[in-house]
Amino acid sequence: MNTAVAEGPATPAEGNYLTNGYSLWSWLTTTDHKRIAILYGLTITVFFFMGGAAATLMRIELISPTPLIMSAETYNKLFTAHGVIMVWFFLIPSIPATLGNFLLPMMVGAKDVALPRVNLLSWYVFVLGGCFVVATLIAGGIDTGWTLYTPYSTRFSHTTVVCGVAGVFVTGFSSIMTGLNFIVTVHRLRAPGLTWFRLPLFVWAIYATSIILVLATPVLAMTLVLLAMQRVFGIGIFDATLGGDPLLFQHMFWFYSHPAVYIMVLPAMGVASEVITCFARKPVFGYRTMAYAIAAIAAFGFMVWGHHMFVAGQSLYASLVFSFLSYVVAIPSAIKVFNWTATLYKGSITFEAPMLYALGFVGLFLVGGLTGLYLASLGMDADLSRTYFVVAHFHYIMVGGSVMAYFAGIHFWWPKITGRLYSEAWARLAAIVIFVGFNLTFFPQFILGIDGMPRRYFEYAPHFQFLNILSSAGASILAAGYVLPFVYLTWSALHGAAAADNPWGAKGLEWQTRSPPPVENFDAPPRIPVRPYDYDPEAAERERR
Amino acid sequence: MSAGAEAMRRGASANDSDSEVGLWLFLASEVMFFGLLFYGYAITRITHPLAFAEASAHTDVLLGTINCVLIFTSSLTVALAARCLRTGARRASLRLLAATWTLGFLFLAVKCYEYDVDVANHLVPWGRFAFHGGLAAGERMFFFMYFVMTGAHAVHLIVGLGILAAMVVGVARGRYTEHNSEAVELAALYWALVDTVWIFLYPVLYLVHRP
Amino acid sequence: MSQATQAILAWPAAATPYADRVDVLFWAMTGICGLVTIGITLTIAYFCFRYRRGTQVDRKLPDLAAGRKRSRRIETVWIAVPFAFFLVFFGWGAKLYYAYDDPPRDALQIFVTAKQWMWKVEHSNGRREIDELHVPIGRPVKLVMTSQDVIHDFYVPAFREKRDVLPGRYTVLWFDPTVRGVFALRCDEYCGTSHSQMTGKVYVMSQDAYGRWLAGGDEQPTLARMGFDRFRELGCSGCHGPSSTLHAPSLAGLYGRSVPLADGSFVRFDDRYIRDKILQPARQIPAGYANDMPSFQGQVSEQDILELTAYLRSLADTSPDVPQGNHLR
Repeated sequence: MNTAVAEGPATPAEGNYLTNGYSLWSWLTTTDHKRIAILYGLTITVFFFMGGAAATLMRIELISPTPLIMSAETYNKLFTAHGVIMVWFFLIPSIPATLGNFLLPMMVGAKDVALPRVNLLSWYVFVLGGCFVVATLIAGGIDTGWTLYTPYSTRFSHTTVVCGVAGVFVTGFSSIMTGLNFIVTVHRLRAPGLTWFRLPLFVWAIYATSIILVLATPVLAMTLVLLAMQRVFGIGIFDATLGGDPLLFQHMFWFYSHPAVYIMVLPAMGVASEVITCFARKPVFGYRTMAYAIAAIAAFGFMVWGHHMFVAGQSLYASLVFSFLSYVVAIPSAIKVFNWTATLYKGSITFEAPMLYALGFVGLFLVGGLTGLYLASLGMDADLSRTYFVVAHFHYIMVGGSVMAYFAGIHFWWPKITGRLYSEAWARLAAIVIFVGFNLTFFPQFILGIDGMPRRYFEYAPHFQFLNILSSAGASILAAGYVLPFVYLTWSALHGAAAADNPWGAKGLEWQTRSPPPVENFDAPPRIPVRPYDYDPEAAERERR
Repeated sequence: MSAGAEAMRRGASANDSDSEVGLWLFLASEVMFFGLLFYGYAITRITHPLAFAEASAHTDVLLGTINCVLIFTSSLTVALAARCLRTGARRASLRLLAATWTLGFLFLAVKCYEYDVDVANHLVPWGRFAFHGGLAAGERMFFFMYFVMTGAHAVHLIVGLGILAAMVVGVARGRYTEHNSEAVELAALYWALVDTVWIFLYPVLYLVHRP
Repeated sequence: MSQATQAILAWPAAATPYADRVDVLFWAMTGICGLVTIGITLTIAYFCFRYRRGTQVDRKLPDLAAGRKRSRRIETVWIAVPFAFFLVFFGWGAKLYYAYDDPPRDALQIFVTAKQWMWKVEHSNGRREIDELHVPIGRPVKLVMTSQDVIHDFYVPAFREKRDVLPGRYTVLWFDPTVRGVFALRCDEYCGTSHSQMTGKVYVMSQDAYGRWLAGGDEQPTLARMGFDRFRELGCSGCHGPSSTLHAPSLAGLYGRSVPLADGSFVRFDDRYIRDKILQPARQIPAGYANDMPSFQGQVSEQDILELTAYLRSLADTSPDVPQGNHLR
């Protein structure tokens, strides 16, 4: 039953969503959520490599404490481009718009999302936003940092700030539409019998993410409008010389941008739950707690934005409240790490690539989350904020966490999406290379931060060089690690062996249908399980023997 | 029929109320849009209380009140229009929708006239601004927020006019009937948002310190 | 503590008692987090090893009811225990921060103006320096900081402290150096092209050396003296002087006191209030006075405001219209 290779013909079965029209037009006018997911997947891959290229250049420059291959202006534009592209054009859409779009309707037993044309529109809006960003890059890029703090971004930067924020503004609508669509889908299109507590945790995670997308993104949109107006017309509420307050921008910006990081991490947690349960062949430990934890993270995530502003001139009392709530929001995350660990207990564990990525996710998210506690502490934040400690912290969560989980998901559902198998040997190698390269890149940065190296520094004190070289060396390994999947997954898409409907023997409605699925997802209505993750490790052991 | 097959079938025709849930979510996002602007207004007002009171006195409360009447009435007419369509009174519904559109259009016309007067009085905080002196900074803030907030509201209203026009055409052509009235009801819901935003805008912009 | 942090990979020495206490907190946090990380990683590794497919171990899961009860108990423990630890660390950090929030009354006040891309430091006797800050050991130092353009951040790793420096506002950072030496100063809020070159040095010297340093340098009038000149040039004494016919409050002895406002609230007559009154006088009108003070927005620079503030401070406990001499306050 657990054989991965199909016993049928050499090419994937006919009559699926991929064979339903081969023209470019059929792809560009599709309302099939699966095709839209692939459109998103391809688009964000382009942005990933753009943002990665910026990072590569930065890390090369940082090998030397003095200018090496670029000027300060260029460096400032590179770290801005890296942040803007990676946050808004890769991470935020990555799991939700790619894996979420593909899987959510299937996981609830529906044949598409609730509003398929809105879905397609959201991709076009995303691409339009991306066009603004590309135009901004061609015009020389912006140098404000992805955080766009005023008054630098409104009165002092000589770059095309308005064009850049226009791109982010437009893309925000894509986020809102996607989130809206997912919420309606989960509420209204669940198959009968599929109650909330029978849903996979991935669905819970995407649902919670969608709530944040719908509620937080508009705040960013208006903040950017106010910023643009101030920049264009020289009036506004952020300018101290006009009686305004630059801190107001920071409050508005972080009110969105902190929930935004939960947009980036909650779906990753959802993927982890799917993968770990499957490859440990065991139900998740504490399903309800895990679901409540997802909801708690989303809710509390709206209440902690001031922890980015402890040293910004915020009042002591506000800082006390934000610090406390930041510790509170760490608790559900901790619960999830414990529960994933406990899921492994008495499981029947195998280590295919998705599992390697998922375990890597748990470990790296653990480090990232714990280092967040340092920053949540008022006593330590005054020292560590705005240094490389912060940079390392958020890269552990966003790259060690979200990107690893994204790769786990891509590999896990690859057979379902493409009907083909990828090379397990290469995939495992890539996972290990990425893990090693990642740690070598970012762990030294914790130490750099403690040593006092500020972030966004183009030149630095000479005694920081050793750790910077280590970090850059790690980055080169990490880059190689990211290129590998691009190569072998492309190869698999074109020449990979055909996959069975359920090569992993996974539970979940999406695995009850063909690989690749038919256009309307299911040939016959799927069987609704009584419990989610109905795995049995003892049975898995027996089968093996 | 098996539960599963019924689910598949339901998936095919469940569009109507899906759109309603979607619209409510969209309205939630709109609350956050405008919420952010009201927050910015609130903070600047707290830090410039006298300036805001002084500046608000220069808004045209007569035109603002006229707009109140127009938009509240339009909210009534659109709600009635949806109800009429649901109960089969198609012609009444058509007239009410047209009335709503007209009232909305008049609102816009009054607003344009008001903006024209504001510009002539140099109330736009750009270039020559009417106020100097100790409170000028706060007065700039007030009028900045005034134009941004009423401008955003006007954009939403223009979109609403487009939606209403589509509804008028749809009802006239018989596309929306008592059996297929969802679109008109959703249009009415959207118009309710436009109206509700104005309910909050009016006092904070026009009535700050009117004795 | 300081020795420990210094020994590991060139960590900056802790130069103040506050920094030492931060280091203790840091080590405690690192100890716990290290244990947790190692613990969970080893547990995961152990489970992966012991329960990998093919091992002959007991995998029997408890039945549903018993299993749920057991898992609830386990989960309660691992929710409560981390929560307790989080409360401890929150409280520890918060208490430390809170205790050191207010600068002592006898702190030596030094003005800092940040601009792209340099630090302009001004001591009360008028002695100025650029990208350097000389302070005496064993005495609290309070920096009153503002920016001429964008947001900067005054960061001294050795003090484990930083504070954003904002345009249009004063922010305060204080510290109490107990170790002599030269410490790095770095701008820590991205401020444009040469952000990474906006660095400097903090010199902590003995009291005597500091006194000598302060008295040295170019002969310059004190800030308070210059403020007195500004006070006259800008016409402040026209209304606030004793011979004025206009009903404007006398400013002698007001610095640091509570001032009643027309709306019934009270505000402290400090640097912030002075600055606000100069630039936006109508925002806070003192009780018993009319809204007659004109705004000097556009007529005064940050430097002027610093000087006027220093002058008004010098009037704290003497009669008005007498400029004070070279004293350190």
